[in-house]
Amino acid sequence: MIGHIFADLCIGCNQCVVACPTHVLDAGTKTPIIARIDQCQTCYMCELHCESDAIYVAPDSHAPEPIDPESIRASGHLGRIRRDHGWDQPERDGEHHLDDYHLLGLLLREGGETAARRYQERHDRRSN
Amino acid sequence: MSQDWNAQADVLIIGGGMAAAWAAIAAAKAGAATILVDKGYVGTSGVTATGGPNHWWVPPDPALRRQAIDKRYEESLGLGDPAWMERVIDMTWRTLPELGRYYSFGTDGKGGTFHAGVRGSEYMRALRAYTLAAGARILDHHPAIELLTDEEGTVVGARGHARLSSHDWEVRAGAVIMATGGCAFRSGLIGSHGNCGDGYLLAAEAGAELSGMEFSIQYTVSPAWASTRTLPYGAARYYDEDGRELDVPPRGHAHYQVLGAALLKGPVYADLTDAPPRLPPILHRIQPFTPPPFVRKGIDPFKQRWPIKLFGEGTIRGTGGLRIISDDCRTTVEGLYAAGDAATRELVTGAISGGGAVNSAWALTSGQISGRAAARRALALRRRSVDSVHRAGIVGIRPASCVQTINRKRIESDVDHHLNGYQHSLFRSEDQLTDSLHLLDNHWTLLRDHAHAKDAALVSLRETVALTATARWCTAAARARVESRGLHVRVDAPDLNPAVGVRLLTGGLDKVWTRYEDRTFAEAAE
Repeated sequence: MIGHIFADLCIGCNQCVVACPTHVLDAGTKTPIIARIDQCQTCYMCELHCESDAIYVAPDSHAPEPIDPESIRASGHLGRIRRDHGWDQPERDGEHHLDDYHLLGLLLREGGETAARRYQERHDRRSN
Repeated sequence: MSQDWNAQADVLIIGGGMAAAWAAIAAAKAGAATILVDKGYVGTSGVTATGGPNHWWVPPDPALRRQAIDKRYEESLGLGDPAWMERVIDMTWRTLPELGRYYSFGTDGKGGTFHAGVRGSEYMRALRAYTLAAGARILDHHPAIELLTDEEGTVVGARGHARLSSHDWEVRAGAVIMATGGCAFRSGLIGSHGNCGDGYLLAAEAGAELSGMEFSIQYTVSPAWASTRTLPYGAARYYDEDGRELDVPPRGHAHYQVLGAALLKGPVYADLTDAPPRLPPILHRIQPFTPPPFVRKGIDPFKQRWPIKLFGEGTIRGTGGLRIISDDCRTTVEGLYAAGDAATRELVTGAISGGGAVNSAWALTSGQISGRAAARRALALRRRSVDSVHRAGIVGIRPASCVQTINRKRIESDVDHHLNGYQHSLFRSEDQLTDSLHLLDNHWTLLRDHAHAKDAALVSLRETVALTATARWCTAAARARVESRGLHVRVDAPDLNPAVGVRLLTGGLDKVWTRYEDRTFAEAAE
């Protein structure tokens, strides 16, 4: 669930208030307010849409977690999701943000085939 | 609360995922004044935004398409419709590349462009841009509360509450498209918190019928503390608390039944050491939302073991939804169309899951088809004025008896337990389903008689009502289909009964009914 909004990083654009699909946030006088945490589904959309990397979503989706803002700030988590999406990141020559994306189906299938083969082998051994 | 806001449109679309956006694009391009209202934000709402939909992708080679349709029809276990499959394949192939102005399609690794699969957050961002460019108006954070009908029962608009600006809204329209997505009964499935079956409820209150609601059992594996997408988990090994490896069938209902049974006894742990070796270094480039739940807990999912949970997917990866009665996506109610997961996907996927490719292609196609059809209808009706308008919503809005405080948490927890609980969903039987239905009926009666709220609280209350209604339709349909077929598995009727190879309809509010679509067929079997 959303854990913290860093007031010093937040520019008060309220884009997270708008982008949150489940109405967790209210606009504040400067920094948005986490008003309805029980509606947070831990989807990370507020982080993705925060251009100032001012939001940290804690990983547990079932309950709010105690957060130490300063260790989060030092952890490198802030802005990571937005960078991994390639948002605001210039594309380097010959490399496109979504170039690995076509591998999704292949890798899914590969994993499934490994599990199926392993199951088959285990049952073949048993029947021998 | 500030003043009500009223508008007139040709086409009103309710929902904000891919089907809703594709519908808005089609309606606006056909010349209709189009308004889309979504409960959340078009771009982040629903299960597409956090996912990565692949699309059913078959080149326009008649032999290849015939082969794809024949295979899929066979897998549908008698409930699919080859004509719909052909339409969906063709429209998806022709339409998806249109998004290239707003979505940066990557390479296919062979020197070409990869169109079939798109990443959810960029896909929805692109669909938002395309919808606006097509001339449709988007109203984010405008959940619909109820439909409006005329004296003949024709749907003529909707009312709702704007959450961020705290005012009620009303839109009159010549046609309404329901594209509110499926329902996972608040399982915690990522992206699905808002998917409460709102559209099923609104449509049913106006008299719409549902179909295939028994096909609502599907799960995904995720870490116990949060639902993620499942790319890394295909080759997972599973262990019980004592470190003994479980013998888990690789797929299908049996896969989830074994895991569910083990989870009822105690924690189950996953080990990804068999995952494809090239996956770990690039997982964050393909699915950037999947690593954070692990990394932020200090866990390396590929090296350590971690506890799992099965997250229910209800009618999202199941197939049930509003019954479609024409090749232009009409429901059984005049003026009301359905698209995407709000509609039954039996037409393209029958009794099995259309999870992934087929459901996405259906969402795109049913959006485009319903958008065009709704525009055609509304443009022809433009000069007609509607005199008396009826508000179709009932439960939570107009209580039958005295107003009382309702324990919504308790009701939602029961719905989750009876629809997502492993002991119920993975082991369906007559006795269990009867007990579940009895409990859910009691909750419904309580809501009908005593529930009441206004403004933003009414939005939440109506979610509870929709969850309860949807749970009753799914449970009643599961009880009525006394056989196992595709996603619907009964432990007390494990075989497929060829005599009921027809779609099962359900509906009703106070009294839930079920009946087979082709009555003579089912009756002849009795």
